[in-house]
Parts: sequence; C-alpha cells; structure tokens
Amino acid sequence: MYPRLTRTLLAALCLCGLGACSSMPSASDSLYQQLGGKAGISKTVTMFLYQVVDDDRINHYFAGVNADRLQKRLTNQFCQLSGGPCHYGGDNMHKVHAGMHLTDADFNALVEDLILAMEKRRVPISAQNRLLGKLAPMHAQIVGK
Amino acid sequence: MKSLVPLIIAGVLGLAPSLASAAPGSRLWATGGVTSFEGAAGGGLTPWALIAGYDSSQQWGGTVAQSTAHLQDYTLNVTAAAVSFDNRVELSLARQRLDLDTLGGRLSMDTLGLKVRLYGSALYNRWGEWSLGIEHKHDRNFALPSAVGARSSSGTDVYLAASKLFFGVVAGRNLLLNADIRATKANQTGFLGFGGDKHDRYQPEFEGSAGVFVNRQWLVGTEYRQKPDNLNFAKEDDWMDLFVAYVPNRSLAVTAAWVDLGAIAGLKHQNGPYLSVQGSF
Repeated sequence: MYPRLTRTLLAALCLCGLGACSSMPSASDSLYQQLGGKAGISKTVTMFLYQVVDDDRINHYFAGVNADRLQKRLTNQFCQLSGGPCHYGGDNMHKVHAGMHLTDADFNALVEDLILAMEKRRVPISAQNRLLGKLAPMHAQIVGK
Repeated sequence: MKSLVPLIIAGVLGLAPSLASAAPGSRLWATGGVTSFEGAAGGGLTPWALIAGYDSSQQWGGTVAQSTAHLQDYTLNVTAAAVSFDNRVELSLARQRLDLDTLGGRLSMDTLGLKVRLYGSALYNRWGEWSLGIEHKHDRNFALPSAVGARSSSGTDVYLAASKLFFGVVAGRNLLLNADIRATKANQTGFLGFGGDKHDRYQPEFEGSAGVFVNRQWLVGTEYRQKPDNLNFAKEDDWMDLFVAYVPNRSLAVTAAWVDLGAIAGLKHQNGPYLSVQGSF
C-alpha cells in the first residue's frame, strides 16, 4: 500500500542499524487522538484491568490494590505517554515495582492482557503498536526489581 | 543420529501436551519465529536471535515442523523439532532431504543445532536480542558431494544473530529486523558437503531478513542468505525468499514462501513455492 514509504523506512532503518533507531519521529498528538482521547484511554484501561483480574497468571499481584486509584493512575500515565494533556502523578516505574520480583513471564502476560483489551476496544492497530512501543522500554524498570 | 531424529520428534510430541499443560509458555504470539529449514527458530532460510517456542522465565517451550520446497529440478523436505528453556537456550534437530528430480537420487543430511540467547529482548530492549548459535551438520550421502570436490561429509557452522522489533514504524505496523553473521564451510548449506577444491576454509557470510506484522497474526517479509562458493564444478548462488507467515495462536504457524535458491549443482534458476507447518508450545 505504501511501497515507497516502506522502502524509505527500510532503507533508513538499515542505515542506522539494529537498535539505534528507537526514537523514530512519531505523531504523539495523533496517538492520543487515535486512542480516543482521555475518555477512550480510560475505557481501554478499565478493559485492561478486567483482563488482568481474569488472568490467573498475574492477578495475584493485584490482590488488595485500590482498583479505582490504579485505573486513574494508568489512565493518566497512558494519556501522558500518548501525548495527551495529562500528568502522571504516581511514583516512577522502578519504585512502584520494587520488591515484587516480577519475571519476564509476568511482564509478557501483562502486555498480552493490554493487547487483548485494546483489541476488544477496537483500538486501531497502528495506535496499539505505538502505545506498546512507548511502554516496552519500561520492561527494564519493572522486571526483576 | 539416523534413529535419533524420529525418536526426539516423538519425544517432543509426547512431551508437548504435558509440558504445555504444566507451564504454558507466556511469550507473546509469534515471538518464537517459525522453524527455519535448518531447525533453528527463524524465518525459512535464516535463523533469528529469537528462541523457539513460547517459554519465558523458567518455562519450557518447543516446536515440531514439516517443511517442503518444490524447485525446478529439486524437492526439499525437512522434518525438524526443537526444545527450549527459559527463553534462553534452544536445542534443535532437523533432517533435510533434497530429491534430485532431474539428476536422479537423493541427498540427505542431519543438523543438530544449539542456540543461546546472550542478551536482550527483541521487544523490550533498545539494542534488541542477541544470540549465538552452532549447527553441526552431517551428510548421510557423501558419494555425490565427494565426487564434485567436497572435502568433508560433516561440518559445524557458528553464527551470531540479532533481532529487533520496531513498534509501529511501517504505516503503523511493527517491523522485525534480523541479521546473522555466520562462519561456515558448507556447500549448498551442507547438501554438497563441507569445504571444497576451490576453498577449504571458514568464511564469514551475512544473512538478513525483514518482516512487517500486518497484524499480530500475519507477518510478511523477505530473507537473504549469503553463501560461500567452494566448489570448482559449479558456481553457488546466494539464497533469498519472500514469505508470509500466519501465526493464529501459540500452537500453530503456517509459512508460505517463494524461494529463489539460484543455481544448485549446475542447474540454474532453482526457485519455487515453499510451505512450512509448525506446531509449538
């Protein structure tokens, strides 16, 4: 569909090599819009938390957590990450997950639940990918802490 | 090794359901790649840094695969299996058969592969995922390779692989890039033996592939594999393919491709369809 664009991007990626291009120019404001603004993000986060609660692999980590507060924090975080007019006021990812000893398996399960939630909410694939791309680097601050 | 292949495949098939029910792999869909013709996780013609199957921390994973390519003058059939643990180490075994439809006869070899993830993650690490692999190959028929100048009926390749997923960079789709550098003496990946009358030393070869996830179930891409040219009797070409992989869930992957393997043993323009079906956990 976009052969020229694809070729140019491929060429650019090849030129800068594997791994060196983590900051591709992205339309952050349009990501916020694609996610449906703050209202859409809030619904996606709620769906995400439903998925997590249903997921026996990881739901035990969330026992006793104030779901309402978590929902608001995550909504603000995703909103801010996607370029929206929000402020994530919570602690940094490292501090939040300290002492939980989360594994790669836990992290993968969490990502899977988010993808399934976005699919249920019919979030466009490009917006799903861009949001995942912004969340993926948090792996280093979340796993094994 | 002759009786080992079916034994290990049967073992993996037998183990798969019990291991899968005990500890289902939790890696994301398609992150084990598919089964390359040499048995390692990768595309069709090249290994990737990804570890076979879906095992994450402290989990087991595995694959079994059957692949076939129908070329102008040859038919390739591959039966392969792999087991993996902890998204760290992958052990693979493959039997490759090349029927010489025009020349008559059959070439066959076994490949035992070991791949270890050294560093990173294709999804979560900015520097991607890096793995080191070895492939020990043994020709089960050496009369023809020997007659055309091959020096040895077995050989060992060593490769360093890097894989990285770039989120949303091609029209909002995820792009998977892979690159390998391989040290090898293999002629036609080993079907025509190892080392030859023109060259009999290890040479570095580059392999690369790029694929775009149209969505999380469909990957469309291309691969390129550089090869040495060790035999005087016929020139050896690099290989390439265009592929479509369908990965509906963690149990199944179907790959269709058009492969262009160039000239093989003097017969030019060997290209044709390739189909691979993989079961995994």
